[in-house]
Amino acid sequence: MEQILANGLYLGAQYALIALGLTLIFSLMNVLNFAHGQMYVFGGFVTYTVVAQWGLPFIVGLVSSAVILAVMGALIEKFLFRPVIRKSKRDESTMLLAAGIAFFLDAVILLLFGEKQRGVPKIVDGVFNWDMRLIMPYDRILIGVLAIALIVGFIALMQYTKAGRAMRALAQDRMAAQLMGVDVDRYSMIGFALGALLAGLVGGLLVTITGINLGMGGPTSIKAFMMIMIGGAGVISGAIAGGFILGMMESIGLTVLAVYGDITYLAIFASLMVFLAFRPQGLMGKPWG
Amino acid sequence: MNKNLVGIAAFLLAVFVLVPLAIAATGRWDLYYTLTSVALLAIGSAGVWLTFYIGRINIGQGAYALMGGYVSAVLMTKAGFSFWATLPLAGLFCAGISVLIGLPILRLRGVYFAMITLVLTEVTRLAALALPVTNGAKGITSIPLPGSLSVFGITLIPDFATMANPKLGFYLLAAALMVLSYVVLWRIVNSRLGHLCRSLQQNEELAASIGVNTAYLRVLTYAISSFFGGLAGAVFVAISQSIYPSSFAVADSVNFMLYCFVGGLGYVTGPMLGTFVLYFGWDLLSIAKQYQLLVYSSLMIAMMLVLPNGLLSLFDRKGGKK
Repeated sequence: MEQILANGLYLGAQYALIALGLTLIFSLMNVLNFAHGQMYVFGGFVTYTVVAQWGLPFIVGLVSSAVILAVMGALIEKFLFRPVIRKSKRDESTMLLAAGIAFFLDAVILLLFGEKQRGVPKIVDGVFNWDMRLIMPYDRILIGVLAIALIVGFIALMQYTKAGRAMRALAQDRMAAQLMGVDVDRYSMIGFALGALLAGLVGGLLVTITGINLGMGGPTSIKAFMMIMIGGAGVISGAIAGGFILGMMESIGLTVLAVYGDITYLAIFASLMVFLAFRPQGLMGKPWG
Repeated sequence: MNKNLVGIAAFLLAVFVLVPLAIAATGRWDLYYTLTSVALLAIGSAGVWLTFYIGRINIGQGAYALMGGYVSAVLMTKAGFSFWATLPLAGLFCAGISVLIGLPILRLRGVYFAMITLVLTEVTRLAALALPVTNGAKGITSIPLPGSLSVFGITLIPDFATMANPKLGFYLLAAALMVLSYVVLWRIVNSRLGHLCRSLQQNEELAASIGVNTAYLRVLTYAISSFFGGLAGAVFVAISQSIYPSSFAVADSVNFMLYCFVGGLGYVTGPMLGTFVLYFGWDLLSIAKQYQLLVYSSLMIAMMLVLPNGLLSLFDRKGGKK
C-alpha cells in the first residue's frame, strides 16, 4: 500500500508539471496546445544530447532544455499563433495550427535525434528500502522532489511576481487586463514560453528514468489532456489536482487491475466519463472555461 | 441551380468515368489505392464536419473507424456474415456506441469536447488491445474479400475474389459510398435538421430557450457522424483484409479533423477537398524522402498563416459573400 501511494505521488508530480504548462497556455490564449507532448520529447532529447553525448553535468542539460524550449515557445507564439489568432474567423483554427506544429516538431525530432529510444545514465545510485514495504530508487525520489519543488516555484512565480500577476489577470479577462495597462502581447509570449519551458523541464527530468523516444509525444499530450479534464481547463490548482489524481489512479490501477490485463486506462476513461456527466467543467474549472 | 447541377454532373463523370479511364491509359494502378483511401477518409471527415456543424470539434473519428473495422472483421471471420451485411451493422454499432458515449460528453463544449474525443481515440485503441474478441496486438488477418451481393436472385455486385481487377471494384465502391455520404450530408444540411443544427452552432442556450431539443439533436448528429466513421472503417478493413489496434490511432483522428479544417468548415464539400489535398499532397511529397513530414507540416503551417479559414474561403472572397 505504501508502495502504491509513493508511486502515485511520484507519477503525479511529473504529470502535474506537464499539465501545468498545458493549462497555462490554454488559459492565456485559449489555445489547446497539441504540440505539448512533442515539446516534452524535445526537451528530453536536449538533455540527452547535453548529458549523454557531450558529457556535461545533468543540471546543465536540464537548464539547456528549459532555455531552448522557452525560446522555441516564444518564437512559436510570436510568429505563428499571434498572426493566426488575429486573422482567423474561428478560435478553432488554432487547433489546426497546433496540430501542424506537433507534426513539424515530430519531423524535426526525427531528423535531429533519430527514432531510437534514448536515456542517460543514472544520476544517483542506490535504492531506498524501508523494511521491504517501500522500495524506491534514489534517483526517482530525487526527480519526484525536484518536480514538486518546480511546482512550488511555479506557483510562487504566478502568485508573487509582476509577470505572474499579469498572466493571472490575462487569464481572467483579456480585455480588462489590457485596459488596466497589461502588455497583452508580451505576456502572452512569456506565458507560452513558460508553458513550453515546463514541458522541456519534465522531458529533461524523465529522460533520466524512463528514457525518451519519438513516439512518446502523442500519448503524453493525451495524458495531459485527461489531467486538465479532471481538474478543469485553464485553472492552475486544477492542473495540479488532475496530475496527482491521474498519477494515483494509474498507480492503483496498475496494481489492482493487473490480474485483468491492461485495462487501467479503460477503467480511468470510463470513470472520467461518469465524472464528467456530473461535472462537465472538471473539479475546479469555471463552467465553459 | 443549373450551374450546380452541371458541376455535380461533371464531378460524377470525373470520378466514375474519367479517373478509371485515365488510370487505364497511364497504367498507374497504384493510384487506385490512394484514391480509394481518399474517398473513404472523406466519408469519415464528413462525419467530423457534421459534428462541427453543431459547434463541436470532434477528434474522435478514428475511434469509430476502428470500432467499425473491428465489428466488420469480427462478424465476417467469427460469425460468417457477408461483407455487405456487416457494412450497415458496423455503422449502426458505432452509432449505438456513440449514443452511449455522447450522452455525457456532448454536454461538454469547445476544447473540452475536443480533448475528450481525442482521449476516446486512445482508449479505443487500448480497448482493442485488451479485449479478447479483437485478438489483441496480433489483430485479425486474412479477412475474406467481399462476396457477391444479389437481391432477388439478381447479382448487383459480383464477388470481389473473382473480379479481374478488385482494385477498380474497391475504388468504385468507395467512390459510390462517398458520393452517397455527401448526398446525405447535403440533404441533412439543407433540411429542417440542418437549420436546427446551425442554431446550435451559433448559440446553444438561445436555441434551447426557443424550444429546440438541443440534447436530442446533439446525440442524433453525433450518432450520424459516428455512423460515417464506422462505415469508412469497415470498408478499409475489407480492402486491407486485416485490422490491428493501431490501424486507426490518434494521428488518424487528428487527420480527420485537419481534413475538415483545410477544406473549410463552412462548406459541405470542404472535407472532401481537404482530404483530397492533404492525402494526395502527402503522397506526392514522398519524393522528399526523410524530409516528407517536415515539408508537409511546414506547408500546413504556412497554409494556416495565409488562409486560416480553409481552402474554399478563396472562393468566398471572390464571390464577395459573407
